[in-house]
Amino acid sequence: MAIHLYRIDDRLIHGQVVVGWGQPLNARFLVLVDDLVASSDWEKELYRMAVPPEMDIYFADVGTAIREHATYAADPRPGILITGDIASMYRLAKGVKAIGNVNLGGIHHRAGRSEKLRYVFLTPDEERQLRELEAAGVEVTAQDVPSARARPLLEVLEGESR
Amino acid sequence: MNEDVGGVPGNPRAIVVGHGEFAGGLVSAVGQICGMADKLIVLSMMGMTPEDIETTIRDELTRTGARVIFTDLPAGSATIAARRIVRDDPGIVLVSGVNLATLLDFVFNTAVPPTEAARAAAERGKASLIVVGR
Repeated sequence: MAIHLYRIDDRLIHGQVVVGWGQPLNARFLVLVDDLVASSDWEKELYRMAVPPEMDIYFADVGTAIREHATYAADPRPGILITGDIASMYRLAKGVKAIGNVNLGGIHHRAGRSEKLRYVFLTPDEERQLRELEAAGVEVTAQDVPSARARPLLEVLEGESR
Repeated sequence: MNEDVGGVPGNPRAIVVGHGEFAGGLVSAVGQICGMADKLIVLSMMGMTPEDIETTIRDELTRTGARVIFTDLPAGSATIAARRIVRDDPGIVLVSGVNLATLLDFVFNTAVPPTEAARAAAERGKASLIVVGR
């Protein structure tokens, strides 16, 4: 499989993704799956300018990503797929059975979310979606950078403070 | 003696924002070298959502009257946020990839408006990168 990392990160493309993961994975393309970004030329240009020249970037809404996933996966180059929220990855993984693991990379504090890790805050509904993914056979782990330990979902849901 | 042109007299002339303690470290170095760290505002974005980063930068620009934003990585969240701000107000200048030489040139160049000083400082910063050895 050419996609080495399926990541949920509300910052979408940023240093941890492009450099932190992109370098060790030798990533040569990024798939940014976001309905809002995919519908806006300005947003696409904003993120296109943030990636280094040796890296291609593809934009897709969730529906398109489900249809095109086989194409991304057939790409011989290493790639990273990113969504900005759990709901988008949940829809994507429900539509693409080939997705075997999901990385929680950055889901920060918002109203209604409670802290699980320093970089993972979840609403009850988001927690439910992640549990459903795991129950469906998708391994969900939290790991902000490659040098950190990948924490299994159950450990994440218990939270750092407990 | 340079006269301080542009910006709000006595106020910081730019915001510095980046990953981890990058901004604080860089501005601390400016203070150690020339004692002009008060010309720069340090912002950290650790643990922030993209919306929080953008709001924080906007609030500091409004509060201080600064018209220049320095960020570290072109791919960084702060740069993305700053580019959204520049879209809304093209009179603000963003310099990404800032280094110490850039900031030092900027804080000393008070003879021109901060936005102009930022452009000149960016050129100085590029030129400061040298490679020695084989």
